[in-house]
Amino acid sequence: MKLESKIPEGPIEKKWDNHRFQMKLVNAANKRKYTIVVVGTGLAGASAAAALAELGYEVVALSYHESPRRAHSIAAQGGINAPKNYTNDGDSVYRLFYDTVKGGDYRAREANVYRLAQVSGNIIDQCVAQGVPFAREYGGLLDNRSFGGAQVSRTFYARGQTGQQLLLGAYSALSRQIGLGKIKFYPRREMVDLVVSDGLARGVVARNLLTGELETYAGHAVVLATGGYGNTWYLSTMAKASNATAIWRAYKRGALFGNPCFAQIHPTCIPQSGPYQSKLTLMSESLRNDGRIWVPKKKADKRRPDEIPEDERDYYLERLYPSFGNLVPRDVASRRAKEMCDNGYGVGPTAMAVYLDFSDAIKRNGKAWIEEKYGNLFDMYHEITAEDPYASPMRIYPAIHYTMGGIWVDYNLMSTVPGLYVLGEANFSDHGANRLGASALMQGLADGYFIIPYTIGDYLATTQFKPAKPDAAPFKETTAEVRERIKKLFSIKGKRPPDAFHRALGKVMWDYVGMGRTKEGLTKALKLIPQIRQEFWEDVKVVGTGNDLNTELERAGRIVDFLELAELIAIDALHRRESCGGHFRTEYQTEDGEAKRNDRDYAYVAAWEYTGEGKKPVLHKEKLVFEYVKPTTRSYK
Amino acid sequence: MNFTLKVWRQKDRNSEGGFVSYTAKDIPPDASILEMLDVVNNDLIMRGEEPIAFDHDCREGICGSCGLVISGRAHGPHRGAATCEVRMRIFRDGETITLEPWRAKPFPIIRDLMVDRTALERIMQAGGFISVKTGGVPDANAIPIRKDAAEEAMDAAACIGCGACVAACKNGSAMLFVAAKVSQLALLPQGHAERKERVLKMITQMDAEGFGTCSNTYACEAECPKKISVSHIARLNREYLRAGVL
Repeated sequence: MKLESKIPEGPIEKKWDNHRFQMKLVNAANKRKYTIVVVGTGLAGASAAAALAELGYEVVALSYHESPRRAHSIAAQGGINAPKNYTNDGDSVYRLFYDTVKGGDYRAREANVYRLAQVSGNIIDQCVAQGVPFAREYGGLLDNRSFGGAQVSRTFYARGQTGQQLLLGAYSALSRQIGLGKIKFYPRREMVDLVVSDGLARGVVARNLLTGELETYAGHAVVLATGGYGNTWYLSTMAKASNATAIWRAYKRGALFGNPCFAQIHPTCIPQSGPYQSKLTLMSESLRNDGRIWVPKKKADKRRPDEIPEDERDYYLERLYPSFGNLVPRDVASRRAKEMCDNGYGVGPTAMAVYLDFSDAIKRNGKAWIEEKYGNLFDMYHEITAEDPYASPMRIYPAIHYTMGGIWVDYNLMSTVPGLYVLGEANFSDHGANRLGASALMQGLADGYFIIPYTIGDYLATTQFKPAKPDAAPFKETTAEVRERIKKLFSIKGKRPPDAFHRALGKVMWDYVGMGRTKEGLTKALKLIPQIRQEFWEDVKVVGTGNDLNTELERAGRIVDFLELAELIAIDALHRRESCGGHFRTEYQTEDGEAKRNDRDYAYVAAWEYTGEGKKPVLHKEKLVFEYVKPTTRSYK
Repeated sequence: MNFTLKVWRQKDRNSEGGFVSYTAKDIPPDASILEMLDVVNNDLIMRGEEPIAFDHDCREGICGSCGLVISGRAHGPHRGAATCEVRMRIFRDGETITLEPWRAKPFPIIRDLMVDRTALERIMQAGGFISVKTGGVPDANAIPIRKDAAEEAMDAAACIGCGACVAACKNGSAMLFVAAKVSQLALLPQGHAERKERVLKMITQMDAEGFGTCSNTYACEAECPKKISVSHIARLNREYLRAGVL
């Protein structure tokens, strides 16, 4: 298999324009003859479905939620970037492009990132026209803030609920098309397999979560917008249902998986308080602007924080990074916190947390000032932990937050299976090895509103399609395979519920494939993951039947795929013998303990090919060429 | 902590339901009410019984999936919190807690504590939007919007579509839900071109779904996890009248 990125010719600022001109168009009157199956209706899927239906295509959209408004895009807090330069502080498309390539630690494709920066301004216009209530200044114009360490103010926001408002905007466009009958929306359907016919993606098999029926949906192209795979680690900031089944099934049907080991860990989450815990809650990283992070100098110090005098505290980020201090990037802050806890300096009941202390800021500016700036976050912390962060420091710990890796796609967002497009967090494309703040929303909407509507037309216009009916042989065969898998799950009748295996997997992933990865740890994970998988297939207990609503079956099906994907993540992490962005290999660090990238050997996208059950995946490399942003070392000293 | 739970169990919309008692043992006070249900469900599964079905997803109060009537209150006794944000420490050790689904005619029960809220979807599809196509829109700063109007629109837009307002209302009215959208788009100039059609279509659909009307008890505002004010219902009424008169 040869990877063709299909990056258009020409200077970077002209590539997208040239490409748009060169792509074939589908005649307006012919568009209704094409059906596009969109799986997932979060930001990327809802915007894609709406934009495609507006153009005149027939759209079938599926979601495992009861409503598109429940998708996890809704939980994004901070904002969305666009280089509007409304603040006159020197922003430009080129600067956003540059920041994103650099922030991604030089593991993203320049042409894609440039296009993302180019269309991001249109997103803001579109959202405002839809009625998204972005924050405004007294003069009535849009307000911007600086976010995630950016040196310019380019982040648009709607309080701490930007993701919610953008999703509701896309949802309104989607709802309008459903009302007009141009989109057929099927809620509570979970895609359980991809149907490939004559080498082309022609539809999906989905399980109706209410009736248990396996249904088939056929079309001329399939768009996956099914989000990230952070729940492979069990505890993450992801929603409970977020899963990797759609992309993993696509992988097993021939789509290559790009950079699976690139996952982002967010430093400021509320730590786990006990084994019952089902998920982790993120606290906005803006807290690090005024909070100071510390641990006691003495190991296993059980004293209350107020009993530990100033000279017995280690403000380790300030000590290690005198110029950036507590504001070092997410990956650095996360890794150092874990290191402190692993070395025995952790605090709180589980000793797996560090303090984030606001007492200096309160002394300096007063409690009212903190309340105005962070009131809602302090309330949230208080709500969850029953501790008052105004009186004693918060306890924080890193958590899995976003996955940069995903299905490999070319410049047109098409995977290696012709006719299969992958958008948003589900693809690997724009963030390289590390995603900057306020750019996930940007990518999801760019893909959906402004890229797929163009690129999919070229494919439809230039492909000869044979008829593919939902009851044709490939659909029947794929459905039969799914039915067999479900039957197998019920036949085991073991002793442990599916969740127990997921938790066991999560522990291995966090301990050995989380932060600070080592050859030994990854090798160990590669022994343990297949063991858990084997135990699962011998001892899982799935209650109920497959013929109606069965949340345990849903869970078990998702865990089957996490158990396989986990191994690929570990394989990828082991093979990448360098440290870059969210991927930190302890063996590859500078003398000061910073990430040591190896551009000579690893400036490529690792795209893994499935070669069969129990066989080793095959690595394909897409070499990354940096013509515009020359790789340099990230330094925050 | 230990609790006695009285949980509504119902196989499907056509079956008869009833309360079943369970005990929840050794629940940490920091656990959320859904995490407590996870623990109870785990015990049920180990005994080979069907777990209690309930909707949930983000577990941080923003997706709007979860919704339980907890000892008679939609989303429990806490102000401004969704079910998933309710922590067990607010209950007394040994307390008996009843858990019921949203009860309203337009929300048929799917199973146990899960209800079908697609009636709300159809209201949105009828008119809860501004009819703009992708592309071809003016620059985002072309229309200045007063800050206070934008803020009030945001207050309304914070609705998570959970349906607690309907469950809390003795009339099973969805007025607060509809008002949140109508008010948001009426406050913004972008929404003005269609304000008349929007309110008429949404209200017509709301009535067709069988939701009741508002009799100003303000129960919806009291239970709304996003504290959306009933003043938006007043604006909805004004918009409705305006659409009829102008």
